[in-house]
Amino acid sequence: MDAREVIARRAALEIKDGDVVNLGIGIPTMVANFIPEDVHAVFQSENGIMGMDKMASPEEQNPDIVNAGAAMVTVKDYASFFDSALSFAIIRGGHLDLTILGALEIDQEGSLASHIIPGKMVPGMGGAMDLVAGAKKVIVVTTHTARGDAKKILKTCKLPLTAYKKVHKIVTELAVFDITKGGLLLIEKRKGVTVDEIREKTEAEFQVSHDLKDFGPPLQS
Amino acid sequence: MINKIISLEEAQRHFCDGMTIMIGGFLGNGTPELLIDAILASGVKDYTIIANDTALPEIGISRLIADQKAKKVIVSHIGTNPETGRQMGAGELEVELVPQGTLAEQIRCGGSGLGGVLTATGMNTHVAEGKRVIEVDGQNYLLETPLRADIALIHGSKIDPFGNLYYHGTTRNFNPLMAMAADLVLATADSYVNIGEIKAEDVATPGIFVDYIVKGD
Repeated sequence: MDAREVIARRAALEIKDGDVVNLGIGIPTMVANFIPEDVHAVFQSENGIMGMDKMASPEEQNPDIVNAGAAMVTVKDYASFFDSALSFAIIRGGHLDLTILGALEIDQEGSLASHIIPGKMVPGMGGAMDLVAGAKKVIVVTTHTARGDAKKILKTCKLPLTAYKKVHKIVTELAVFDITKGGLLLIEKRKGVTVDEIREKTEAEFQVSHDLKDFGPPLQS
Repeated sequence: MINKIISLEEAQRHFCDGMTIMIGGFLGNGTPELLIDAILASGVKDYTIIANDTALPEIGISRLIADQKAKKVIVSHIGTNPETGRQMGAGELEVELVPQGTLAEQIRCGGSGLGGVLTATGMNTHVAEGKRVIEVDGQNYLLETPLRADIALIHGSKIDPFGNLYYHGTTRNFNPLMAMAADLVLATADSYVNIGEIKAEDVATPGIFVDYIVKGD
């Protein structure tokens, strides 16, 4: 199983019945595929949908109904559409239980950099800054390291911040960390991986939970 | 009832160099393509675009970016249009990035007689640089000031001769906000219907905000 799927499957377990959820682009979007059947969450799309369902099949496609990545989607029978001001009132106003976002860098204080690499890549923040400021719970999903094994979980983010001390949890293909007042706490590790291996790939300092659990399929080296 | 309907050629005359233009839509969804044609045909230059994004290549606002006559864009992201990033890097286009919810509120303020909005979005990030921080009940907020434009270009699924607009699906996005925040508002629609064909309770943009209804040939 590739790393992205391991991450998406684990992050899906964070969604609780009845949650109002916004998923970012990339791995976060994949999370929707792995939510347990008995969990019914309500998905928001910041371009103006409450009650988004799934990617539209060729027969279902309607160019007037798209998600925040411009892909055609279907909506639930209880769905509603609205303008961008209402959409972000939902996001900032404490009406969103959970957002799951990607990261370029994340640090041990819960700060996140996800929208700019100066001089290199400047996609912009889109709705991410509002989502991290307003959602009741913020989970970052990311591969544990970047290309070339560059570390992404840092003591302090170096890139321009998208969020300052707003992230509650980090899910990677190797580890699940809670971000607590005392710093990072490793609460789960990938089956077959040692804590030392995780330390080698993590710049941030972290404590290990007394109740450390395993998750995911065993890592094949 | 005054006749608001004008041709594409008449619409072109409303554009002039250096103006600020708001354009509705989200990655092209709900964007008035016909009015993008009008800007291109008018030949105006050095204008500023206020919009959610610069769309994807070939559609909507990306056609203006490709034309290279805009001076500046104020948007929430440009990642879906590599040409915008290229022009920004080459110093050919000024890009001001604004959090999406803040952009929506700045435009709403611009059309609502409000002097600004206080938001926690962007606190302790580069977005806060140069902005006033105001404390309310122990919580710090950024003061974000109103945005207005000389002209707003909006698009609905249906428009009636009064200018009432109905938006289907996700095409609403920034359109109703921009329709209130410009000195002049031009609107197009997928279908041009008779009075009464949009039920009063389905009108999302009351027609008083629309100055001209632009119809192609």
